[in-house]
Amino acid sequence: MSKEQELTTTQGNTAPANTARASGTASDTRFVVPRVDVLEDDSGITLLADLPGVPRESLELKVEGDTLLVEGVVATPMPQQLQSVYAEVRVPRYRRTFTLSRELDASRIEANLRDGVLNLRIPKQEHARPRRIEVRAG
Amino acid sequence: MYESLFSFPAGFAGDFQRLRNELDDLFGVVGMPTGIRSVAPGSFPAINVGNLPQSLEIYAFAPGIDSSKIEVTVDRGVLTLAGERPASLPANDAKVKVYGRERASGHFHRAISLPDDADPSKVQADYRDGVLHISVARRAGPVPTRIAIQ
Repeated sequence: MSKEQELTTTQGNTAPANTARASGTASDTRFVVPRVDVLEDDSGITLLADLPGVPRESLELKVEGDTLLVEGVVATPMPQQLQSVYAEVRVPRYRRTFTLSRELDASRIEANLRDGVLNLRIPKQEHARPRRIEVRAG
Repeated sequence: MYESLFSFPAGFAGDFQRLRNELDDLFGVVGMPTGIRSVAPGSFPAINVGNLPQSLEIYAFAPGIDSSKIEVTVDRGVLTLAGERPASLPANDAKVKVYGRERASGHFHRAISLPDDADPSKVQADYRDGVLHISVARRAGPVPTRIAIQ
């Protein structure tokens, strides 16, 4: 593992799926769970995720069935001969999956990545929006 | 059945955190010197530091901050990062329901002791994709002087 790979990484709660070293395809199995905020209003859900160091090109969003996958690779340029002396971010990959519920419209998700913060807007299906039910006297 | 276990983001990871704290108490931190300004793991922003022959490179993982509001100062050999991260949540909107609330917000502050050969007049900082990169140049190494024996 090069020093460079050791340096690039993420904060906080590391969730190593296994302890494979970051080389070749084995590196795909180690990742960090990004921190998120999830907010819901009448028309949909907003998901904010911290992905520092991830540019738009190395962010991947996938919806498969009712599963939403957010995956990103830290691509902060670092000099080749950099020697790591201290690292809190050790795994340069973020991954987190969410289960969407049926009233959400996965085909109309809007995504916006700015300064390492992903903003996902997941609208609700038209028929799932809350509406007031009139009670008729009779 | 298993899915319900994972639907509590902090739930079972929190147990591991407690285990880790207990292990730290047992073996780790006790008796080991820590930096006087060191912070708890997981503090915002996470920092990586690397050495180059001519400079010290610091990477702070601080997403979602207006770069004009990050303050980087060097005072008596201590480099300080400070700033404020706005809260993403609306102040008091009753219609918005909050489920996850894991991202840090508010003031942050971190300090790094620079090595003796760091040159505080040559510090460069840039902010890109949520990563603050600070490069502190080193002074040219002193030429070894030969001392004559009398």
